[in-house]
Amino acid sequence: MIKELHEKIVSGEMTSVQLTEKHLKVIEQKDPEIEAFLTIEAQKALKDAAAVDAKVKNGEEIDLLAGIPCALKDNICVKGGRTTAASRSLDNYVAPYDATVTKRVQGVDAIVLGKTNLDEFACGSSTENSAYQITKNPVDTDRVAGGSSGGSVASVASGEAVWALGTDTGGSIRQPSSFCGTVGLKPTYGRVSRYGVIAMGSSLDQVGPIATSAEDVAIVLSRIAGHDEHDATSAESSDKKYEEYLRGDIKGAKIGVPYDLLTEGIADDVKESFMASIEKYKELGATIEEISLPHAEYGLPVYYIIMPAELSSNLARIDSIRYGMRANDHEGRDGREANSVIEQYMDARQYGFGAEVKRRLMLGTYTLSAGYYDAYYKKAQKVRALIRRDFEGAYKKVDYIFTPTTAETAFKVGEKTDDPLTMYLSDIFTVTANLAGVPAISFPINEKEKGLPIGGQLMGKWFDEEGLLNAVHTFETV
Amino acid sequence: MELTKEDVQKISELARIGVTDEDVVNYQKDLSAVLSYFEKLQEVNTEEIEGIGHITGMTNVYRADRAEEFDDEGKKIMHDNMPSSQDGYIKVKSVL
Repeated sequence: MIKELHEKIVSGEMTSVQLTEKHLKVIEQKDPEIEAFLTIEAQKALKDAAAVDAKVKNGEEIDLLAGIPCALKDNICVKGGRTTAASRSLDNYVAPYDATVTKRVQGVDAIVLGKTNLDEFACGSSTENSAYQITKNPVDTDRVAGGSSGGSVASVASGEAVWALGTDTGGSIRQPSSFCGTVGLKPTYGRVSRYGVIAMGSSLDQVGPIATSAEDVAIVLSRIAGHDEHDATSAESSDKKYEEYLRGDIKGAKIGVPYDLLTEGIADDVKESFMASIEKYKELGATIEEISLPHAEYGLPVYYIIMPAELSSNLARIDSIRYGMRANDHEGRDGREANSVIEQYMDARQYGFGAEVKRRLMLGTYTLSAGYYDAYYKKAQKVRALIRRDFEGAYKKVDYIFTPTTAETAFKVGEKTDDPLTMYLSDIFTVTANLAGVPAISFPINEKEKGLPIGGQLMGKWFDEEGLLNAVHTFETV
Repeated sequence: MELTKEDVQKISELARIGVTDEDVVNYQKDLSAVLSYFEKLQEVNTEEIEGIGHITGMTNVYRADRAEEFDDEGKKIMHDNMPSSQDGYIKVKSVL
């Protein structure tokens, strides 16, 4: 879609202001029900769009993303704009600097419409943990959009934004993409800078694009990827233009399927679409091989040790001293002031954080505490090494690993909020890619007209985003 | 793995999260359930396995040790973000 819109803007068939106005109109019509956006920056978006139109008028060359409206998850800092991570604790926080990804998308004149909803600090799989609102699935508004990047995904699925950025720590781009029928990529760990992105699990977090096609995802990835001196974990730049690798042909590619993981707990409709898409890949000339990832079944417990531990360390900075909400601002506190700085911390975090964030902080603090570190965090890091070893073994035999993204389609709002463990199971197929650090993409594998969207997940070799994107592009277009 | 009320109190102090009596009971239940789930990992033999911290195996990333000046706009935003301040300084409760 991005290329077509770009052509229209360049040829003068449509201005960026017209396109932006059109999308703001869609937001006005749909967002009261979908609730994808936390902040809408209409004035700034229109001003930026006018600047792109002026460049076109002057005959200047513009980037593919220039003038195209997008949305950013609200854990990505945009200087001078409110950035909440959907937490009361950051209700009034204004980012004093831009995230590197923000700089990069603004640097190519993309139009940022606003900031999207998420589970508080990205902790959740449904956006029901947002302190502000629950984002609804645009396909069926009784259902969740998934999470934690539910707002970004829903904004794309509803046509409010052309593309969006999300973050993915254990599936937060892919699971909602599966639920809402979009294409969402979690790049290789280190491919995209995390600077200016409110950290969750630092050894797992990645920023990635969400769009309606592999081509659009590729176009966005080319612009946000690359080394950043502000993120010591970011990988060397490749300067790849990912959109140039979409050959529309995967003849000879080897796709591994871990059938032993797919025996139970998968809904019939998901299984049916998944099996049909395996057949489609065969017809496209790929070979399907059975593979085994013996330690993948330990992915969830490993993930739910490592992520809360890192979260508890990262969120120690939310202490209400330099920024954020002090508890005496909170109505439940009746204006009573804390007596000491410790009490101030305890109060600010008690009232500023929601239930799930606090649960994870407690868990992470416990598993990192003296006497338990070896039994939990260290053990989890070792099993994580075995999971990576499984992937290294599998990639000697195959190029890609294929699974459903989720075991079932989007669930109803409120269906899983009472039991944290059941909610955690939503991430069963997605967390392993974060633990192993490999790139992974979710894309629709059933026909749009046939009920709720179902996503397939392809995982690739480290830093082989171009291969993944070509595999999905081929599936979409042939 | 069953946590006691005292365990939960201690964790809440370490995590700097205030809790009500009701919270303590809930955390006892929720955290114990999740910790029991973690016991599954004991099945895995990890003797002689080196744990992973950084997944793509990068080592020794250096940068210059120099302060970067924030621009005036950024500085102003940071000051405006302070929940309580006086003469450009952050106000906090007494530490001692």
